[in-house]
Amino acid sequence: MNLDFTDAENAFREEVRAFVREKLPVAIRDKVSRGLHLTRGEHLQWQRLLYERGGWSGPGWPKAFGGPGWSPVEQYIFEEECALGGAPRLIPFGMKMVAPVIMAFGNATQQARFLPKILAAEEWWCQGYSEPGAGSDLASLRTRAVRKEGRHIVNGQKTWTTLGQHADWIFCLVRTDPEAKAQRGISFLLIDMKSPGITVRPIITLDGAHEVNEIWFEDVEVPAAHLVGEENKGWTCAKFLLSHERSNIAGIGIAKRELARLKHIAAAETKRGRPLIEDPLFAARLAEIEIDLMALEITNLRVLSAEAEKRAPGPEASILKIKGTELQQAISELILQAVGPYALPFAGAAPGPAHAANRAAQYLNLRKLSIYGGSNEIQKNIVAQMILEL
Amino acid sequence: MDFSLSEEQRQLEETVRRFMAKDYAFEKRRVIRDSAEGWSREAWQALADLGLLALNVPEEYGGLGAGPVDTMVAMNALGPGLLLEPYLASAVVATALLRECPQHAGLMEQMAAGECIAVLAHDEPGARGDPGYVATRCRPAGTDFQIDGRKCVVGHAAAADWLIVSARGEDGDIVLFLVPLDTPGLSLDGYPTLDGTRAAEVHLTGVRLPETARLDADREVLGRALDIGLAALCAEAVGIMKAALDATVDYLRTRQQFGQPIGRFQALQHRAADMLMHYEQAKSMSTLAAMRCTSKDARERRRALSAAKVTIGRAACFIGQQAVQLHGGMGMSDELVVSHWFKRLTAIELMFGDTDTHLQQFIEISAQS
Repeated sequence: MNLDFTDAENAFREEVRAFVREKLPVAIRDKVSRGLHLTRGEHLQWQRLLYERGGWSGPGWPKAFGGPGWSPVEQYIFEEECALGGAPRLIPFGMKMVAPVIMAFGNATQQARFLPKILAAEEWWCQGYSEPGAGSDLASLRTRAVRKEGRHIVNGQKTWTTLGQHADWIFCLVRTDPEAKAQRGISFLLIDMKSPGITVRPIITLDGAHEVNEIWFEDVEVPAAHLVGEENKGWTCAKFLLSHERSNIAGIGIAKRELARLKHIAAAETKRGRPLIEDPLFAARLAEIEIDLMALEITNLRVLSAEAEKRAPGPEASILKIKGTELQQAISELILQAVGPYALPFAGAAPGPAHAANRAAQYLNLRKLSIYGGSNEIQKNIVAQMILEL
Repeated sequence: MDFSLSEEQRQLEETVRRFMAKDYAFEKRRVIRDSAEGWSREAWQALADLGLLALNVPEEYGGLGAGPVDTMVAMNALGPGLLLEPYLASAVVATALLRECPQHAGLMEQMAAGECIAVLAHDEPGARGDPGYVATRCRPAGTDFQIDGRKCVVGHAAAADWLIVSARGEDGDIVLFLVPLDTPGLSLDGYPTLDGTRAAEVHLTGVRLPETARLDADREVLGRALDIGLAALCAEAVGIMKAALDATVDYLRTRQQFGQPIGRFQALQHRAADMLMHYEQAKSMSTLAAMRCTSKDARERRRALSAAKVTIGRAACFIGQQAVQLHGGMGMSDELVVSHWFKRLTAIELMFGDTDTHLQQFIEISAQS
């Protein structure tokens, strides 16, 4: 038993760290550190820099598709170092979601058409899963696709589509057999966002941001060639996607970075004339979070090493999702508390110290973490049913 | 990075598991617990015969010279059987202390063979897990030393042949003495503790000891032995938590109410999921504790161990309480082992410094950067 990374892994960490330090544009790092939303161009700029480094924009991609072919541990180190260096999180919808599905279930034509542009950050993807009536119960989705003369005609509505306003393509779960029960009549379609009949409407969230959208489909024509896998077997793709690349889901690097920020703020703020970080109640809450993070980091590494052995992420990733999102939320909550009354000025107003600006918006925004990607309650169902077999 | 056990460690785990299942079943333990002494010399000898008492003894003293990961494996496997014998106290903590004191190595050989038991008598009323809190006094008396003071809730004191007593010298330093149990001036008030083991208040009144009774060990050595003990305690807790979790999940699958297994109810599923998450985090921190408990970097060591005890203390409370809760009325009964696991987990939270003590220590150590 040994908790240390190998020399090669440590050298790799240095390589990533140096790359982020040298190549990450200062303006992007600054925005990330202030918890601000990046523009489409800024996201793509960073992804292209990673792409040019040798396919680093697809950390989980095998070499056969132009990726770096990293082990799960290397992917973990890469994501941790990117986060610690202040890089934005890679937009997952193309790179981590649709791409693995196309690799596993797509035909050669689809792979050649779509994968290179995802890796090179030439096309932006969004996810068409949730619907107004289909959240946790995804299989109850009602967006319909009817086959007609070599095309699918799609009608319906998707919602909570993250950054759909930037997207060139959307991958959708649609119902192709209305007679079949729940999961069985669903297909996985790739749809060009420029198709006539698509309308994107912003949803403004509680933090005042435009991050998510509703997407309406009215008689949208999708070529048959854009069906991935077999018709009515889309649920297989959906399940594969949900279980794929979740071993970094805990967001250890982001939590470490935000914890450092929290300490920085708590050292600068004062209470009763002393640094807030020395206040016993505050210090106890901070220490609890820090200890939880230490434990989660090791739990994450244990899952990774199990994954490396049996090549299956498994339902253990649900534990990482629950604990990781709880931690990130707890940190943002304590940051809010550390900032104090200067967290109240909103909508761009920042009369307080620089570290206070935008913290409330960030706190509010991060409430999404325990809701998206399978709510934490759904994750607990998975833990109970898949791991504990209840 | 490698979380797997070596072949030898797997064998060790299997040996302990087999022994506990075959020779230390719950009903047998009940008989031992209710006996006059409250522990079994026969079981102790069996542990010696299996080599388990020699595990932490260096090879040059006839032991196996095992490391903290081996200790973790052994404690983990011993945990669910709720051993009443002083394994942690004698074969881990006292051994870890004595192996730094070459002049008393002979004693370790006897301990490894199961011929004698040594137990650390260190905690005092008011110490609350602070290893530096020692009010027991040590004064020179001619060529001897005189010890006066009181040690509290000393586990397995009556089972021991030797107590290792900490005292504060006139210069303020902590000194340790090896004290035979029949020394004049030393008296025990024994009692059972909540986890079924025995402990005692140890009174030292005008106890006279020769210079040779003094261990070549200071506060640092004591601290290192306690850290090794803390890591071992964490591993024991993790073993018990796993057993309690498994038994609870099994109960949820089989207990029928409202015409179905109660494990179908989401409220209970989520509780079980929470138990599993506590367990996994505790297991991670027990692993960290084992890997760091012999680290030479005292800051890194103490920080990891305090973090581990916080995580494990929390998990032990949650899993213990919920194991009882989810067993319903049966969880309250003395008949089922689950209530006994709960009691040991409760005791563990209070031993070697409770959660708040270690949280505070973690904060203090983290502040010294």
